[in-house]
This record gives sequence, C-alpha cells and structure tokens, in this order.
Amino acid sequence: MDVSDLRTRLQRIRGDTVPLAAADIALIGAIEKGLPLVSRPYAAVAEQLGISEAQVLERLAALRERGVIKRMGVVVRHRELGYRANGMVVWDVPDDAVAGLGQCFSRYDFVTLCYRRPRQLPEWPYNLFCMIHGKSHDEVHQGIARLVRECGLQRVPHEVLFSRRRFKQRGARYHCPERREPPHAPGEAAHRG
Amino acid sequence: MADTQTALLDDLDRSIINVLQDGFPIGPHPYAQVAGELDTDETTLLERLQRLLDRRILTRFGPMYHAQHMGGAFSLVAMRVPPDDLDRVVEIVNGFDEVAHNYEREHAFNLWFVLATETPDVIGQVLAHIEHATGHRCYNMPKLEEFFVRLRVPV
Repeated sequence: MDVSDLRTRLQRIRGDTVPLAAADIALIGAIEKGLPLVSRPYAAVAEQLGISEAQVLERLAALRERGVIKRMGVVVRHRELGYRANGMVVWDVPDDAVAGLGQCFSRYDFVTLCYRRPRQLPEWPYNLFCMIHGKSHDEVHQGIARLVRECGLQRVPHEVLFSRRRFKQRGARYHCPERREPPHAPGEAAHRG
Repeated sequence: MADTQTALLDDLDRSIINVLQDGFPIGPHPYAQVAGELDTDETTLLERLQRLLDRRILTRFGPMYHAQHMGGAFSLVAMRVPPDDLDRVVEIVNGFDEVAHNYEREHAFNLWFVLATETPDVIGQVLAHIEHATGHRCYNMPKLEEFFVRLRVPV
C-alpha cells in the first residue's frame, strides 16, 4: 500500500478525528514492527524518515494523545510465560444486561478482555465474551465461579472454551507494503498446551 | 516448554516484562529512563530485550495501534470443522495474511481466528474466500461493544 492509498483510506475515519498527515503515516509504518534497540531509538527512526528526532517525539506524543496509538510497550507470548490455560468464556445474557455485566467484569484483574458480540442463532446463543488467562484450567474455573457469584450470573447460561492449539499469533500490522507472506507459509509451529 | 521458558527468566527479565507491559516513554533516551526505573543500565536493558525477542517470549516491542482509529477493522470468526478435516482447514486459514491469530478450542465451534484488515469491507471478502476454499461456514462475530482490554499478564 502506498501513501496515497493510505490517505484515501484514512479519510474514511469517522467521528471527529482529523485525518493523519502523510508524515504520521510514514512514522507509523516505520515503527510498527518495533522500535530499534539502540540508545536513541526515536533518533534512529527520524534519520530513516529524514526528519528530526524532535519531530518524531512530537508526532508520536500527538498520536498517543489522539488514541491512534493505544500504548507503547511490549507484546508478550502468554503461553511462554506460564499462562497456559487460555479460556474464552461466553455468556448468553439478556441484551439490556450486557453493559452492566461488562462493568462488573472490569473489576476483576483476571479478566483480560470483554466484548459484546452478535449471537449467531440458532447455533450460537452467546453475546458476551470475556477472556481469562490462567496458569491452569482450575484457576480459570475459579475465576468463572467468582464472576457467577459476584456478578449475579447464576441463571445465565455460559460455556468456557479452552484453547487447545495455537496455530498463529502475530500482531496486527497495518502499513507495511512488504508484509505479504507466501500464501501457504505455516503461520507458526502449533503448540499443545 | 512454557515452564522451561519461565524458569529461564530471572528477576530482571520479569521486571522488564512487567514494567514494559504498562508502557514505554516517548523521549530522547527512553531505554535509559526505563533502565533507571529498573535499577539497571541502558546496555543491560537493551541486551535483555534483544534476548527476550530472540527467545520469542516477546513478540514485538513498540506501539499498539487502535485499529478503528486508523480505518482498519478486526473481527473474531468461528468455524465448526470436523476433526479429521481440521489440519487442511487450518492451513487454508493461516494462508491468509489477514489472519492475525488462530486457535483451536475445545468445543464444537473448534476453530477461532481473528481477522485484522485494512478496511471493514475486506472482512467479508476474506470470509467468502475461506468459506469457498474450505467448504465450511464462517460465523462472523465482530465486536459490537468493547468493555475493556487489559492485555497484561504479570510474570
């Protein structure tokens, strides 16, 4: 994708966000695979882009301010860190109770994600999804029991879907023209866990 | 394997992972700043980060974008695949560059993947391709509302 395609696409951003400048787009492209591991990483990025380090810092701070960059930091591979029980818990909740439950779930540190998603009736009745990363299946089940008890879910049908094998995990990438991989490259080695 | 990896982390590795899951400074000497908070020096921090990346304990080090703010789209997709057909379907699904994550889960809906695309309309196109190539239905479950995201695991 070149800069003009990207511009067109970014014009479609809804709401009150101002379209990104070409310089922002170039900057995002330059760091999306990660920051260089050198003493002055932003200066290295600036050199690559032909702008000053101060400009890079200023633009990044503005992108973060606007929420385009949610945060800077690391992405961990939770399984490698001992979090082997990855449970997706799905609940069939009356539509008008979803927001309240989302709030209730947010109080528990062991819940890492929580979304409302559409049901796919008749096969799939669940509309509230949350993720619990635990070190064991027991730990995940204990978390679910607490949610049931403390958020008043005794009569709400739910299921937990533990992950069995991971076939692929990569960060989403947006602005990298060279990112195409061979169509049948195996994603990553499957892990049993 | 996971246990071995965790056992190989020392206290400094753990502190680095924990601190950097919370954020990274935007400033002229960000690594030195973080190193100072961790009571180590910049060179050591850079070496440790490189090693964690090499060992694939960290996948990436840098910015997390808000896909919707950039015009992009995400969706979670489920499939029910007969177990003896799963390997073939996984290979087809993973072959799409738009597929960011792909997991087998213990359920009749046994394959769950996340699509990350540059525009919302590409989601439907990719799903049509996958359904055609696999012969199985894709159940598209895009996010309707996000209550929170706290992708942070203490180590």
